[in-house]
Amino acid sequence: MTTDPHVPHFQEELDQLKTRLLTMGGLAEDRVRIAVLALVEGDHAAVERVLTGDEAINQLHIEIDDRCVKLLALHQPMAVDLRAIVSAVKINSDLERVGDLAVNIAEAASRYFTHPPVKPLIDIPRMALIAQEMLHDALDAYVRRDVSTASGVLDRDDELDALKTLVFKELLGYMQRDKATVAASLDLILISRHLERIGDHATNIAEDVIFMVSARDVRHKLEE
Amino acid sequence: MKISVEHLNFFYGAKRALTDISMEMRANTVTAFIGPSGCGKSTFLRTLNRMNDIIPGTRVEGSVRIDGQDLYAPGTDAVLLRRKVGMVFQKSNPFPKSIFENVAYGLRINGMAKGRELAAQVEASLKSAALWDEVKDRLHEPAMALSGGQQQRLCIARALAVRPEVLLMDEPASALDPMATQRIEELIYVLKKDYTIVIVTHNMQQAARVSDTTAFFWLGKMVEHGPTPSMFTSPAEKLTEDYITGRFG
Repeated sequence: MTTDPHVPHFQEELDQLKTRLLTMGGLAEDRVRIAVLALVEGDHAAVERVLTGDEAINQLHIEIDDRCVKLLALHQPMAVDLRAIVSAVKINSDLERVGDLAVNIAEAASRYFTHPPVKPLIDIPRMALIAQEMLHDALDAYVRRDVSTASGVLDRDDELDALKTLVFKELLGYMQRDKATVAASLDLILISRHLERIGDHATNIAEDVIFMVSARDVRHKLEE
Repeated sequence: MKISVEHLNFFYGAKRALTDISMEMRANTVTAFIGPSGCGKSTFLRTLNRMNDIIPGTRVEGSVRIDGQDLYAPGTDAVLLRRKVGMVFQKSNPFPKSIFENVAYGLRINGMAKGRELAAQVEASLKSAALWDEVKDRLHEPAMALSGGQQQRLCIARALAVRPEVLLMDEPASALDPMATQRIEELIYVLKKDYTIVIVTHNMQQAARVSDTTAFFWLGKMVEHGPTPSMFTSPAEKLTEDYITGRFG
């Protein structure tokens, strides 16, 4: 078998798709990071930036889908190329949702600032850290086509779920003892829920990476 | 299994064109052969009805069985075999006769029908090849007056007339426009209810659309044979993947 030194334009377009998807991933990561930091540091201006800055992600969302549809229609890709494009469509949706969740976190944070703090924030920043690491690792696995990093992301989802349950129980206790904490506690519960959902999207991305690289469908623990 | 091939080797003189091919094809399925030019897929197709016999200096080792009967066993009648295994070629090749006579020819020389019975069988074959409605009012006009796509369906009708069980198709739509191609592909889908079909195609999308299983050939060897959906989404062999994604060949 000979390797053609000339890179076919289909391959170039696949590379461009990957680059655009990574730009999208970077934006989504960024917005989650700013939303969480804004919450922890009580930074109103940062909250505002997240609330008003969704446009770039939304535009990329459409652009990437458009690229995928054109690649499918014009090149009718097979095998690994087909899996790469189908995965890109799905990862694109997950990243757009992550962007929306960052907005949801910022909205809850801006409401939370209007109440006296319920408690020092400990578990929510921990959740935020895990969710961001999962997202980062999932995107890293995508870049490097690395199944083992992707599998690592799947393993961390339970950790995040457990923390969410812990946060919920703790805040329920506060609300039962003191009704004045209900509004603020509900916002924190919502934030923990949004962070847990970010972890779910990172998990989806990791599953898509495994499908893209090895053609294995590991969703819903199909392989067990 | 309708067709069973074991350890088949094929030689053009000293040159080995097929190496140790073993595969099975079920009845009423479509099997597609894909691979780059010169990979042996057409040579292999032709071994399935001994069409290579007419090329001097060729030699076959191993066995090809249809319904358990070895095609290359001494005493196998190649003419009877070819009645059972019809073939359609890349370039449509109607006889310079009328539409009717093209389809009737095989029935006549085999003494299979005459008179009304012959006419009925010609009609049935033209209907099976999805050509009847277009030609029923001009059956005695020259076949050469038909369009390329119609000529190809006429050749399919001619092959079907002698009631084969297996239909071999060597790039049957490669010279046709998209509409005519689609008609041939639809026809293949309908015909597999009654026939076992083997098709050689250079068009990967066509293989994906029409076949139940796909076999990939490279340098005279069969690299991989599997269900078409998995061959085109997650082939087991790197070589297959490189070929179907256009990375070589």
